[in-house]
Order: sequence, then structure tokens, then C-alpha cells
Amino acid sequence: MNLAPVKQGLYDPAREHDACGVGFIAHIKGNKSHTIIAQGLQILNNLTHRGATGWDPLLGDGAGILIQTPDAFLRPVCREIGVSLSAPGSYGVGMVFLPRVPESRAACERVTEQMIAEEGQSVLGWRDVPTNNQGISQDAKLQEPIIRQIFVNRGDSCPDQDRFERKLFVIRKRIEHAVRALRLSDGKMFYIPSLSSRTLVYKGMLLAHQVGTYYLDLQDERLVSALALVHQRFSTNTFPTWELAHPFRMVAHNGEINTLRGNINWMAARRQAMQSALLGEDLEKLWPLIIEGQSDTACFDNALELLVAGGYSLAHAMMLLIPEAWAGNPLMDERRRAFYEYQAALMEPWDGPAAVAFTDGRQIGATLDRNGLRPARYLITDDDLVVMASEMGVLDVPQNKIVKKWRLQPGKTFLIDLEAGRIIDDAELKEQLSAAKHYRAWINQSKLALEELPAQEYHIESKASLLDRQQAFGYTQEDLKFILAPMAAVGEEAVGSMGNDSPLAVLSDRPKPLYQYFKQMFAQVTNPPIDSIREESVMSLVTFIGPRPNLLGIEVTEPGARLEAKQPVLSAEDMGKILHIAELSDGAFRSCTLSICYPAAQGATGMETALEILYHKAEKAVRDGCNILVLSDRDIAPDSIAIPALLATSAVHHHLVRKGLRTSTGLVIETGSAREVHQYALLAGYGAEAIHPYLAYETLAHLGDFAPKDLGYKEAVKRYTKAINKGLLKVMSKMGISTYQSYCGAQIFEAVGLNTAFVQKYFTGTASQVEGIGILEVAEETVRTHKLAFGDHPLFRNALDPGGEYAYRVRGEEHMWTPESIAKLQHAARANNSRTYREYAKLINEQSKHLMTLRGLFEIKESSNPIPIEEVEPAKEIVKRFSTGAMSLGSISQEAHTTLAIAMNRIKGKSNTGEGGEDPQRYREIRADGMLADYVQSVLVDIPVKAGDSLRSAIKQVASGRFGVTTEYLVNADQLQIKIAQGAKPGEGGQLPGHKVSAYIAQVRHTVPGVGLISPPPHHDIYSIEDIAQLIHDLKNVNPGASVSVKLVSEVGVGTVAAGVCKAKSDYVTIAGHDGGTGASPWSSIKHAGTPWELGLAETQQTLVLNRLRGRITVQADGQMKTGRDVVVGALLGADEFGFSTAPLVVEGCIMMRKCHLNTCPVGVATQDPELRKKFTGQPEHVVNYFFFVAEEVREYMARMGFRTFNEMIGRSDMLDTKKAVDHWKAKGLDFTKIFHRPDVPAEVARYHCEKQNHGLEKALDHKLIAEAKAALEHRQPVAIESPIRNTNRVVGAMLSGEVAKRFGHQGLPDDTIYIKLKGTAGQSFGAFLARGITLELVGEGNDYVGKGLSGGRLMIYPPADCPIVPEHNIIVGNVVLYGAISGESYFRGVAGERFAVRNSGAIAVVEGVGDHGCEYMTGGTVVILGYTGRNFAAGMSGGVAFVLDEEGDFERRCNLAMVELEAVPEEAQAMEELGGGSLESHGRVNVKQLGQSDERLLRVLIQKHLHYTGSQRAKEILEHWQKYLPKFVKVMPTEYRRALKEMAAAQEQAHPKVEIAQHG
Amino acid sequence: MGKVTGFMEIARHDLPALPVEERVRSFREFYLPLSDAEMAKQGARCMDCGIPFCQTGCPINNIIPDWNDLVYRQNWREALDVLHSTNNFPEFTGRICPAPCEAACTLNINDDPVTIKSIEHTIIDKGWEMGWVLPQIPARKTGKRVAVVGSGPAGMACSQQLARAGHDVVLFEKNDRIGGLLRYGIPDFKMEKHHIDRRMAQMRSEGVEFRVNQHVGVDFPVKKLLEEFDAAVLTGGSEHPRELPVPGRELRGIHFAMEFLPLQNQVNAGDKITGQITAKDKHVVVIGGGDTGSDCIGTSIRQGAITVTNFELLPQPPLEENKPLTWPDWPMKLRTSSSHEEGCYRDFSIATRRFSGVKGHVTTLHAVRLEWKDGKMQEIPGTEFEIKADLVLLAMGYLHPVHEGMLNQLGVEYDTRGNVKADTIRYQTSIPKVFSAGDMRRGQSLVVWAIREGRQAAHAVDDFLIGSSDLPR
Repeated sequence: MNLAPVKQGLYDPAREHDACGVGFIAHIKGNKSHTIIAQGLQILNNLTHRGATGWDPLLGDGAGILIQTPDAFLRPVCREIGVSLSAPGSYGVGMVFLPRVPESRAACERVTEQMIAEEGQSVLGWRDVPTNNQGISQDAKLQEPIIRQIFVNRGDSCPDQDRFERKLFVIRKRIEHAVRALRLSDGKMFYIPSLSSRTLVYKGMLLAHQVGTYYLDLQDERLVSALALVHQRFSTNTFPTWELAHPFRMVAHNGEINTLRGNINWMAARRQAMQSALLGEDLEKLWPLIIEGQSDTACFDNALELLVAGGYSLAHAMMLLIPEAWAGNPLMDERRRAFYEYQAALMEPWDGPAAVAFTDGRQIGATLDRNGLRPARYLITDDDLVVMASEMGVLDVPQNKIVKKWRLQPGKTFLIDLEAGRIIDDAELKEQLSAAKHYRAWINQSKLALEELPAQEYHIESKASLLDRQQAFGYTQEDLKFILAPMAAVGEEAVGSMGNDSPLAVLSDRPKPLYQYFKQMFAQVTNPPIDSIREESVMSLVTFIGPRPNLLGIEVTEPGARLEAKQPVLSAEDMGKILHIAELSDGAFRSCTLSICYPAAQGATGMETALEILYHKAEKAVRDGCNILVLSDRDIAPDSIAIPALLATSAVHHHLVRKGLRTSTGLVIETGSAREVHQYALLAGYGAEAIHPYLAYETLAHLGDFAPKDLGYKEAVKRYTKAINKGLLKVMSKMGISTYQSYCGAQIFEAVGLNTAFVQKYFTGTASQVEGIGILEVAEETVRTHKLAFGDHPLFRNALDPGGEYAYRVRGEEHMWTPESIAKLQHAARANNSRTYREYAKLINEQSKHLMTLRGLFEIKESSNPIPIEEVEPAKEIVKRFSTGAMSLGSISQEAHTTLAIAMNRIKGKSNTGEGGEDPQRYREIRADGMLADYVQSVLVDIPVKAGDSLRSAIKQVASGRFGVTTEYLVNADQLQIKIAQGAKPGEGGQLPGHKVSAYIAQVRHTVPGVGLISPPPHHDIYSIEDIAQLIHDLKNVNPGASVSVKLVSEVGVGTVAAGVCKAKSDYVTIAGHDGGTGASPWSSIKHAGTPWELGLAETQQTLVLNRLRGRITVQADGQMKTGRDVVVGALLGADEFGFSTAPLVVEGCIMMRKCHLNTCPVGVATQDPELRKKFTGQPEHVVNYFFFVAEEVREYMARMGFRTFNEMIGRSDMLDTKKAVDHWKAKGLDFTKIFHRPDVPAEVARYHCEKQNHGLEKALDHKLIAEAKAALEHRQPVAIESPIRNTNRVVGAMLSGEVAKRFGHQGLPDDTIYIKLKGTAGQSFGAFLARGITLELVGEGNDYVGKGLSGGRLMIYPPADCPIVPEHNIIVGNVVLYGAISGESYFRGVAGERFAVRNSGAIAVVEGVGDHGCEYMTGGTVVILGYTGRNFAAGMSGGVAFVLDEEGDFERRCNLAMVELEAVPEEAQAMEELGGGSLESHGRVNVKQLGQSDERLLRVLIQKHLHYTGSQRAKEILEHWQKYLPKFVKVMPTEYRRALKEMAAAQEQAHPKVEIAQHG
Repeated sequence: MGKVTGFMEIARHDLPALPVEERVRSFREFYLPLSDAEMAKQGARCMDCGIPFCQTGCPINNIIPDWNDLVYRQNWREALDVLHSTNNFPEFTGRICPAPCEAACTLNINDDPVTIKSIEHTIIDKGWEMGWVLPQIPARKTGKRVAVVGSGPAGMACSQQLARAGHDVVLFEKNDRIGGLLRYGIPDFKMEKHHIDRRMAQMRSEGVEFRVNQHVGVDFPVKKLLEEFDAAVLTGGSEHPRELPVPGRELRGIHFAMEFLPLQNQVNAGDKITGQITAKDKHVVVIGGGDTGSDCIGTSIRQGAITVTNFELLPQPPLEENKPLTWPDWPMKLRTSSSHEEGCYRDFSIATRRFSGVKGHVTTLHAVRLEWKDGKMQEIPGTEFEIKADLVLLAMGYLHPVHEGMLNQLGVEYDTRGNVKADTIRYQTSIPKVFSAGDMRRGQSLVVWAIREGRQAAHAVDDFLIGSSDLPR
């Protein structure tokens, strides 16, 4: 019996994500032993904290081990049961999970044997695998399969083991297909973890430590292997299944494949075009190669198996699937680049964060994604052991035996060949592969670069006027004003502000382009978005137009022609080239154009037939040898309607995929409809290899007043294309996808308002959850638009439709916030007039005429037993469930921010700091009535405060920028909110331009005034689900009293992410709607990313209840919450609490100017302009009034429904119904059954928050440290502590730091007051948030996130003396060290991983080498690097300085010079002369000395300290030969920082004498 | 759009007016134009709001931010097109509209609103001056005949819209000239009448037939209206004035405003009038503090009254509104019209008790002061007083349209206030194919509301006749 719930309501098991801990141990020389297996299991055990458990702590997410076929063990045990094995290597072992029902099992076994026989091999026998399921969870037991091994003897058709392996693969696929065809009710239990003559997998739905106890084989000393690959899974769901545990047949994976949908489609699309000499006719038997509904890793494993079976070496296949970033890497050698470039045409990358360990039993290795988004560390011992794992310290290897400690670098592969008995490193491996064939010659001979072909004139002649055609494609005035003109003017997408309050396309009364029915998806938690600007080097827009080569054509010597374009947006000239490609390519390519227009006379009903005809034509064209299909709507005319280009594109793409023809042709779209980024992204996502937006170009030529006067057409087109390209990169990077090639066809969208039949037919595989319109209505909308365009409507004779999407316009699109609703709300709150509030609520709630939101279409049922309102929980209790949204000081004014805080504290709700810290002055208690300005500075409109008020925001946000996230900040919170995404711009970072960073804001954020601040798109310490578990744990340690909350944005699958977050021990999860507000965001993000919270919330509730996790976590809904009805709907769908942002801002005076990004808010809410801030009129009382109105409205609903307490109402979606009277032509197709679904679980399963998470804080080493530091904490007396440490001791020092900050604030204690010396390998987040006064000295090594949020403490790490490694050539700390550090010092004797000192605000660090992206986004502090730095150093670095020892003189090539300048370190004598000396002390972020007066001395002192603290030989060497080394140091100086410092210095000089400045620095 | 920081840098400048002593010497309009450059600067003050409250503050939903921006960019021609897309007669509203748009302007929250009305005024004046205002002759005729009865702003707007939709429109007017209240109620110093004539010429080219001196129900049988036309729209205004039933009301020298005002307009138009009621050398008391009262004041002053006194029954409204509680709505506050500035005594909370006179002609008004409590008035004992009055003008508003004649003959249903009953979607009265719009339907109101209703009724009628309508509402 399979207990894992099936797809129901909004829950779909296919949406689950996983990540985890991965590791392996291998003996380089191939010596087999049982010890290897035991050590593998030991590694697994020590990775436990990277996995998770479900509602039942015994229920693990899955774990397993892969070993070499243990002949020495199998032979005797088989003999005992009468199975006689043939020679090693000539039999294969299948590990088989079988259904428990005997009949089903027999059927499966029969099929298995039959397939083996049919493929010419023979069955030697079956063996029951002994297991012991004691101690495993009840749920795992209920799903537990019968586990047997089958032994297959090599038949005569397989002369060697390689062919046997290939055959076993074919057999396994055939068995899988055949069992599926049996359609057994418990068929899902059938699974073959491995079937190979080389490897054997033991895995299951187990906890890490249970693997060894469950499988008794693993305890048998006879079981030996030279390698053990292990994996501990962290699934977002708690319904992991037995088969989804890793390792798979060849891999164990930590990460996620973002492009999965596209990859699966493209693999299917190749079916006809694929041929393999090795597989021959067997190839056909493999299909379907990838089964729907598996995990991403399982799909990846399928693809890898195919490639290997098709003849690629294991490592080569891995490089094909996960290539290194080659396109933008000038450092790569030419041969290797050619290798990658050649391969690129073969296959689109499987893109996403990944550390993949792989093995075929002879070789074992690992590879890392191009961006290095997962950790993988390894060590080598002097007795030939290699241990690789997600973190160090997983195995107690004596330090004196270790000869190398290193990490896997981005895009690199590391391979151990057990047969050859040696390690093949990345360089050698790739050198071999690159040299194997004449890739460069092949490319030169086959590559056509579109840009380089001779230009071809191309004009589209149309009889219809520009205006008519614009109208026919649904252009509005806003398309010109908000979309095209800004792009043409500045080459960037325009930015807007506030949220989206207009209706979903399906609810709009106006005809909407089909594009608007799709919402962009984005990465959250389980994988990171990418920063497409700062990490441009990994991004690529290169597109291949035309047929793809045979993926398995490894024996090819004459590669076919390939047509490449640098980017997918084609100019008219480029389009001309495509149309004439036959001549230009000597017939290698043939393009043919298919019109996607059809006769207008056929009306809406004609579109479906027109599509059928189009299919037929496309298929015929391809079969006739056309290898570039151009779909064009240029024939649009009064009598000719264009099928929406998106529909035509996807329909043709999918049709060709289904026919297996898609890779035989390219697909180019020529359309008048594409104008904004979202539309290009959609065309790309559904298969367009290139797009020619002819009408957008024509419009650019006629922008009139919208465009700058002196802008020529050519320049306008150039800038527009640049803007679209940037936008596309952003949309791709939002999902963590780095190449256009992978994005193309990846379908990273969710449909809202399209029915299943339509989506399944034309957009196969796209999620659509509430049904909606179909082909007829889509056609009807097109026809309406067409008629309007070519009709004679007086309003559209000379003008485009006003639009009204981006700003409210009469005659335009509807909005929720209207002049009337805003006025009513403001009047009600200011006068405390409940009648006016009712009028307001009525405007919002009653959407009978104008449909606006999904919830507007819900009916709230009434109970037959209503209760008197007096019996309902009082309003003052309900308001405690309310909080205000995360709006930072910076996005809103000091006045607006503090007013909200005061109001929320008065009602015992919660306000939120937003990103950007909080002034510690606000933590002070208000004991007497007074004025606001008595408590905080920078108040321009003073308001009275009362005794008992508090200015402190209960919720402290921890966002990706970590601005102002000090230990003191963290300990002064009731809740710590990790902002993963924001409704207005999920998957994106932010930027506060320098001119907005006032002195006060800079002080609060711990940055420098006038210097711009960048928030990265991802949290650099959250690349996966187990990472967020770590951050939650970190925060919990600092402030055990605060709850931790994770803010997500609604999209399909958010429910499983929420379940994962709950398993990661978050106390809260916020589900924000797509419509949430922003201070500044590109319009396409505000409009097109994410879905309504109704969907995400319902999915979350259903998933959590099904997973039995709901009780442990508080669910908050957020996004355009305006009335009590909104709250009630939210509660019925499953929310405990509610976030409000726009409405309270409106109460404070906001009038939806949508000018936040311009700093010109005329009511003083969202501005920092002092004159405008003076116009602020909000009062805490108004906000309080508003929330009480909302609560009273809630009570009225509760009374009618018969609920006395709020908790009773939560999750009661049965009280919701679809409004009966929906007769809207589009909305009538909506179906909310899935939203209203209530999982059928026993009554005792919690539906609302009622339990506590177990954070496991009691295990913290810090308890001991705090006890021993008592004297320091209580009496400021110095203490010295010593302790061993290991990798399971995570976040050491944080809890102690919290204690220090609670008592002594950010100031902390004098340096070294608490001196702790530790020995061993520290777990993750060592020294995180370390407060001033604490010193951690670690002899050993650190893992990831060392010194995260360092708040004044001191860290030093160096290897033990008995370890024979050369420290400066070995790794000492992992990735993302010093992320968000505020101040303090750190010294690392050895090399650090990627992203060292990312977002450092002010700490000092000395290290002996760093990986890629060092000092990224740094805003302050000083970093000294005494060794090699990786690529993309200083990307987005706006402040602080770095000194890099550049011995080879090539640092400049690896440094991102967009924001920094490189210079020599001036000699002290010279500097002293110029500036007259200065002090050497260098704490603090504003370091006026960094102007240059004593750089040399500063540098020397830091290196001296490094020597002093770590005993570094490297430091010693440098100091001893100072004159030799000094000239080799490069100073990295951000340009903006230099300017700001000069300005500050000038300002200070006026106020103080020079000497004093330095001392204050 | 506009200049992002314009509102922070530029102060409001409205059209300047001639000084009082100069303007009261004639009945001519007295606002002076501003330069294009200055107007452009004023346009730059517009903030291009995310929600343009002005646009919904304006009853005809003028697309104000767009034309403000176009004026800022000196693109007058396009500004005119945008303006005309919502407003048939901006030269009327640009002169006499109280401009609720400016009350709703976002800048009005804490600053001076954009000079929307003056910008509108300037755009349309320029349009006429440049010859940009041309007839919009329909491409096709529908062959449907529509009668519009009453040629005030509602009737004019309705006729123009219907004609542009291709219908044959006949506009009936009981007086000798087209324009209704615009023609005879609004004094020339507020709007000169050639503006109406110019529009009439345009409308005539568009196919509107004007029939003056045709009082439907009197000169023109109601039956014929129904027989000869496919639809009829009643846009006759709200002309039944509120009476002041006090002793002495019957004395000579006591007149309703609309007995007084039209005569001066006729004189200005060159008509020969015998026995014009004039304020010359008289002590004038105007009862009623609204716009009509103001018009009486301005006219009286120009005619040469010795004194002009204005009494209002209601208490004096506050000088400044409580903006946080009123914006963006039209606020109750003391409004001082240009006529008030020209020299009159105003008093509030005054009830007229009786008139007395000599030889059947009024000489004295007897009044008492009132106290208002919770919306109820009470005379204050001992505050009785009297004032010299040779001419008393009653401007206390209008109750409903005149029922006698056409309306009763048609037998239309009335609403509770005595207006013709019809909703604002279909504008259909209780009689088939008879529609009604403007003051006749909604009761006394502003010109801009009349234009709105005329336009919307035209849409409804077009829809009724054709089955659908492209006419903008």
C-alpha cells in the first residue's frame, strides 16, 4: 500500500523539491573493504542535520548508499539459497522494490523475468533482502515494499561487460514500461533502485542512521566495496517515497534542476532525431525515457544513463548535462572553449544549483554547477582515501594523515578512476576531452553566426495603418508610455511602485492578450535566483536556430551546420537573413514561413481549425526538409486575424515535440504582439528560438512625445533590444536559469484562468489550477480586439486604448484602489467613523459588477446556527493577528515607519522593520507621555507618544542584503522574518541608489551615506532547503525567544516549499500574493510574477494538513489585504495571521501616486525628501482605528458563520462557495474546487497553529560556553574557555553572542573578554553574529558561513600543527564566509571558498586565497587576500577596500571592474608626506584612512596580526620580504565609495582638525 | 509625464482677472489669457498621479493628466483631441465650471491644486483660434430620427453625440435661441454667448437641426414627437423655482432670478426689451447664496445698483474645509465668487419673514437671524431687523422640472423629488423610446453634469436604436 497522498486539491506530489547532504568515500587504488561501507554510513550519520524529518520524528526523507557490486558477499549468500552466480562482472544484480500484495508482486516478478529473457539474458535467481524495520516510522512501514534482489546472467548477445551494462539498462527500462502497462493499483511500489553488474544501491525512506540497521547486508563484514556514495535527503514534502531516496543508479544530487520541464520536453523532442550505433534498435525501447512525475534528480539520472549507454564517458556526459560557464569566460583556454561550444549545440544544459556525485562503479566523481551554488569539499589522505561531502568533518580522519583539503569549484569536475588508481583533476579531465576531437575546426567549419552573415534588407509592407495594427495586437497608450519609451530612452525596463490591484486577465472585462494569462515562476528557498547583473559571467543569451545534432552521434566526424545568434531578439536585418538563409548557408538551412493568420470571416470559431491546419503545414514543412520554421503574423489585416503568437508558438512547438520532430527544425517567431519582456519570455519559454518583433520596432519609430527628442530610430532599437535582453536575463535568473538555451522551452510559467483542456492541448505540462477560458474564449478575445482595431470606434480612430493597467485611468482597466475607496478609507480611519468604513468595505468586497480578485468570486456561507455577535471573540484579540508589511525605513519615511510601529504595538499586533535595520534608539522603553522626537532623531513631523508605547518593530526582517542585521538587532525582535521573496518582485534583488542613502539611513544600515546599496537576488546562505534550515537555526540560536518566519510568494508548488520550510523548523510562514507592493520594481515583475495568495495559501494549507505539519507553524497571508472579508477568506483558506501593507499606508495618507521610486511622494509617506516628509499627516490612532474596523467586520462574519473563536474558522474552506451569479463571459469557466478542497485526514490532525517547533537548541555547544562565560556576562570579567568541536556543532558562538548583545548592545564587551579556543572541524555558521568581546580561536577548519553577520567579534582559524598540508594551498573555510558581517576581525590561515566576504559591511578579514565572487556586494570593511582569487571579484562592491596579493599580475582579468578601480598600494612614506599621518586603528566601517594616507601601514598591520593570530608562514614570508611583496598588492577601491569618503572627509575637516578624524575612523 | 518635480518647484498661477473697477463697467468676460509658456509650466505641476483623483472628481472624467502633460510639452493640438474625447464643450466648462477636479487634485491635499480649469480654458481657446475645431461628420447615416427637447448643455451634448453617430437629430428649444440656461441664465461676464453660436455652427454641419421657439407640448404636440421620431430625449432642465411664501411676496420688485437674468443677456445680444427689470439705482437684496445668487449680484452691480445684499438661510460655512476628512470630495466651505468680490454685503443664517412696500412695490425686507442646531433652524428672539430693498431677487434653487405641459402630457413617471424618472445607465423614462437627461432627470446641477448626462443618454439612445453603441459614455 502506498500511503503517499495522491494529487488532490492544489496539492500535487510532483511539485516536491529536495536537497540534502551528499558524500562519498573511495579508495583511490580500488581497494575494497567493509570499512569503506562503514565509513560511508558514518558520513551519512554526520550529515543528518542536512536532512529533515516529517511530523513523525522517525520519518526520514530518505537516505541510501551506493556501493560496488559486492561479489565477495553475494557469492556465498546466493550459494546458501541455491543461486549460483557466474564470474564477477558477468552477472548483474537488480535491487527491486516490489508491491506487498502477493498477486501484484507475482505479476511484477513475472514481467521482470520475461523482459530479461526477451532481451536474451537469463535469470539466475531471486534473493530476499533481509531487512529490519524496527524503529522506522509507521508511515515508512506502511509504504515499505518487499525488497528482493534479482540476479541476471550475461547472455551471449553481450560479449563484454560494457554491452551487458547497456543491456541491463534497456532491460530495466522495458521492465518499468511493462509494469506501468499492467496498471496495478499498487504498481507505484514497484521500483528498481539499481540493476547493474557494477553497482548496487541500498536505499529507502529512512533516516540516515537507519540505512545501516535496516539493510542487514550492510552490517555483514563480507560486504566490501572500494567506494561508497551516500545521500541524506531533505524533501519539502513529508511524503517522500522509497524510490525517491538517493542515490539513483548513477548519481546522488544536492541541488535542483530548474529547467526540468524544458529538459524533459527536449529529450522527448529528440526521439526521432536520435540514433545510436551502440544502442541500435534498443534505443527505441527506452522511450519514454523520462517518466512524468519523478523528482528532478530521477530525470537527470535517466538522461545521464542514456548518454552513458549511448557511448559517452561518465565524466563527458556530466559535462554535457552540467557544463561549465564558458561563453562569458575570457580565462578559459581556447581548446576547452571549443569543446564546450561544440557541445552546446548538442544539448541544452540541465541548469540549476547542483553538486552531483556520480559513479558507474569504476569511476567516482563529482561536479558542481557553473555558479558554485552548492558546497562540496573533499580531502585526500596519505593512504589513498578520498572523502567528499557537502561539508567537512563528516568523518573523523586523523589530521596527520590528510595531504589535501580542497573544494569543488564552480563548473569543475573531480574524478577518481579506481581502475587506473588515480585522481583525475578538472584540468586534466577537460584537457583530455577537449583534445579528443577537432572541436575548433569543426566549429569553424559548421558554425554560422547570424550577426556575421551579410545583411539582408527586409521590410514588412502592410496595407493596414500602424495604429490599426497596434490596436489589433492590443497595444495601449501605456505600452508606449511605460514599456517602449523608457526602454528606447535608457535601455532598461521602466520601474514602477506599489502593488498590482487590477484584475487577473480572466476577470477583466476587457479583452486581454493571451500573454497576460501566464505568470512567471521564480526560485524560492529550494534554489536561488541568480544576479544576472553582478554575475553576468554565468549568463548567456546565445541561441541556436535550427535543427539540433544527433545527441548520441558521438562517432560523427562531419558535424552539420549550426546557426547561432548572440541573442534571440532579431532585428529586421537579422530576420532578412533568416528568410534568405538557404542562399547564405549554401542550402544547409532552409527557412519557410507559415502565416499564423486566418480569415476574419471565420470568426472566433475558426481559430481551432486554423491551428489544426497550422499543425499540418508545420509538420509537412519539416518533413519536406524545412529546418527553420518561421511563424509570422505580418499578414494581419482587416480580413485576416492573427492567432495569438504565443498560442501558435506553443501549439506548433508541442505538436513537433509530440511527433518527435522538434529537434529537426528551428522555430522563429515573427510577431507584432511582442513588446514587453514578459511576452518575449513567454515566447521563449514555449519554444521560440528567436523572435522578430516587427511592430515594436515600427512603434519605436513613432513614439512621438514619449521619446526623447534627439533619439534616432537606430539608437532607439538598439536600446530597446538591450532592455529586452536585460529583462530576459532577469526573468531567467529569477528562476535560477542562466542560459537562454535552457530557458527556451522550459515553460517556467503558471497559467491562471485557462482551462485544463486548453492548457493540456496547447501548453502541455503547464500548471493551471482554477480552470478558466478555453480556445473559444481566447479566440473571442482576439476577435474583439481585431474588430475594435479595424472598426470605426470614435475613441480609437486616432488613439490607442488608454490601458489603465499600470495606473488608474477612467476608461481603462479596473483597480481595487480607486479614488472612492481611498477617500472612504482615509475618511473613516481619520474620523473613526465606522459607517464610512462600511462604505469602503462595500466598495472593496462587493465585486458583483467588476470582478477583481478570485476571493471576490467566493461566497461566504452563513450558518444555519448563527450566534450573537457578543459571543464572538473580541476585536482586541483578533487585531493581535495583524501585522504590517515589511516596509523599510528608506522605502518609507521615518514618520510613516514609526507611526506604524507605534500603532501596531498599541494593538499588540506586529510591525516590521523591512530590510534595512532599525535604529537602536527605538528599543528604548517609553515610560512617560512625550513626543516622538524625544526618542529618535530625524523626525520632521513630530507626534505625541504615550507611556507604554513602543517604537520597536516586533518583526525584524532578515533580507538578502543583511543591512543593519546586527546581533543587537536580532535580539531585539519578537519575530525574525527571512524574506525569501516579495510579491512585487519575487526572485529579484533590490537597489537603493546612493542619493537615497541619507546619513541616518546609512547609520541604521551600517553603511556609508551616499553610497548605493545592492540587495542580491538570493540570500547567499540559502541556496536550498537545508540551507534555510541552517539559517533558521542560526537565528534561533542568536535569539531563542523570537519566532522565525519565512516569507514566500504564491506560485504553484509554494505549498510544498512551505512544508519544507516547516520541516526546516520555521515557526511562521508567510504566503504573499503576487499583488504585494514595492517601493521600486520593474513593471513586468509587479505585473507578471507570482499568483494570488488565495491559490498559494490554499495549497499551503492543504499540503501542511496532509503532511500533518500544520499545527507546528503559523501561516500568515499577505497581499492586498484590505477588509475584514479578505481576512475571513484568508482564515477559511487556512491563514492564522494577516499582513497588511498598502491599506495601512493609505490610512497614513498614501494615495497610490505610484511615485515611491521617484522620491516624490507628495504626502510624505514614501519619500526621504525633507520637504515632502513634512507633509506627512498620518497618526497612530488612524491606523489603530482601521485595524479595529477590520476586526469588527471579521466578527460580523464570524457571528453569521457561527464561529466563536478565530481558530475555529481557520481552514474551514467548506464555508466558501463559488458565487452563484457569475455570468461573466470569461470568469464563468473558473472552477475553485481545488482551492476549496479539504484534505481527508483524521479529526485530530491540526488545521491551525497549535503546537511548537522543536528547534533542538538544547544541543547547542553554546549552553556550555554561556555557562563558562558567566563571569564575563555578569561582571565583564575576562574568561578563557577551551572545547573540542565537530561538524555537528553548528552555529557556535551565536547564542553566546545573543546573550552579550542583550546585555551590552552592539557595543558588546571589550575585545577578547570571552576567549574561546576550539579544536576540530566546526559545523556550519561558525562564529555567526559573533558579538564584540568574544574571540573564537579554532584549530582545525570551518565549513560554510563562517562569521556570518559578524558583529564585532574576532575569529581566527588555522590548521592543526600536525596536519601536513600546506595551509595556503588548502581550504580552511567554506563558502559565503562573513556574509553580511557588520564589524569585527577574522584571520584565516588557508583558502576560503566562493563568495568570501559577500555583503561585508565593515569587518576586517585576512585570508590566503578565495574562490569566485569574492567581496561581492561589499559596502564596507577591509579584506586582505594573500593568495589567488577566483573570478568575478568585487562584483557589485560599492564600499570598503580589498588588498589583493597579485603575484601573477593577472588579477585584473578576474576582477569585475564595473564598480571598482584597481590601484597600487601607496608607500607609506609618500602617503604620510601627503596627508600628514594618521592612526592605525581601523575598526568601523567609515574608515577615512581608506582615502589612502596610510594604506601601507594598515596592510602591514593586518598581515602582522594575521601572523600573530594564526602563525601563518605566508604572512611571515610576506612581512620578511615586504619590499618585494608590497608592489604586488593591488588595492581594490569602489569608485562611489571613494567619492563618498572624500565628501565626508571634506565635511569632517570643516568641523574638526585633521588628526581627530583619523582617530574617529 | 509632466515634470517629476514640477509641483515642488513651480507655484500655481491662475488666469488673471481684470480689476473689479474695470470689469464691472461691462458685461464682457474678464479673465485674461496667460502665455503658452506659463501654461506649460502650470501643466508641469501635474504629478501624473497613479490614481488621478481629478479624473473621477470631474463628472465627465476629463483625462486631465494627459492633457496637462501635453500642454507641458506644448503639444496643444493633441491636448485638444484628448480634451474633446470626453468633453463636447470645454469652452463652457473651462469658464463656468466650479472645477470639482481641482478640489480632487492630489496637490490640493496640502498645496494649491493644478490650474486645471485654466488649462482647459486655454486649450480650447487655442483650438478655436487655430481653426482646429472642425465638424465631425459621420461617415454613414443610420436613418434614425431622434428628437432632443431642450437645448441646454445636456440637450446640446446629447444632440452632438447622436449626430456624430449618424442619427438625424432635431433639437427643440422653446426660447428664441439655443443654449438654455447657458444662453439665458449665465451672465455674459461669465461666458459670452458667441461660444454657443460657434458650437451651434459646428453641430449644424454635423447634421443637427435646431428648432427654436418650439415649445413641445405647447407649440408642438407631444403626439407628433412620438410619431415622427424613433426616439426622444427630454433635456428640458429643472425650471420650477423654489418659492418664498412670506407675506408681501406679491409686491412688485420681487422676482425670481430667472425672471431677471435672461433680460440682461437679451439686451447684451442686441434685443430690444421693454420694461427690463434692472437694478440700476436700487437697493438690491439677493436671497440665496448659490451660483445663481452670485450671478444676480454681478449683474446687479453692473447695472448700477446702489447696494447689493446677499442673504443665505444656512449658516456660514467654514472658511477652510477639513481636508483630511473631505478631500477629494467637493467640500463644504465658504465660496467667494468673482461677483462677491465686486462689492456686496453677505450675511448668513438669515430668514426673511415678510416684505413690506409702498404702493404695491417692495421697499423693505423684514428678517430675523437664525440659530442652527443639528440641522434644525430656530429664530433667535430679538434679532429681528429690516433692510431697505427696492429689488429682491429670489435665487433659492429649483425644485424640479416644470410638470405642466409636455411632461404631464407624455405622462412620464416622476421620482420622489418630482424629476423625470430614469436611471443613469439606460436613461429611459417610463414611456417607451422616451429618454431623459440633465437637470430634468437629476434636478438642478452643474453644466458639467448636464454634459455628462447628455453624452451618456446619447450612448443609451444609440444602443437602443442600433443594438450597440460605440459612443463613449
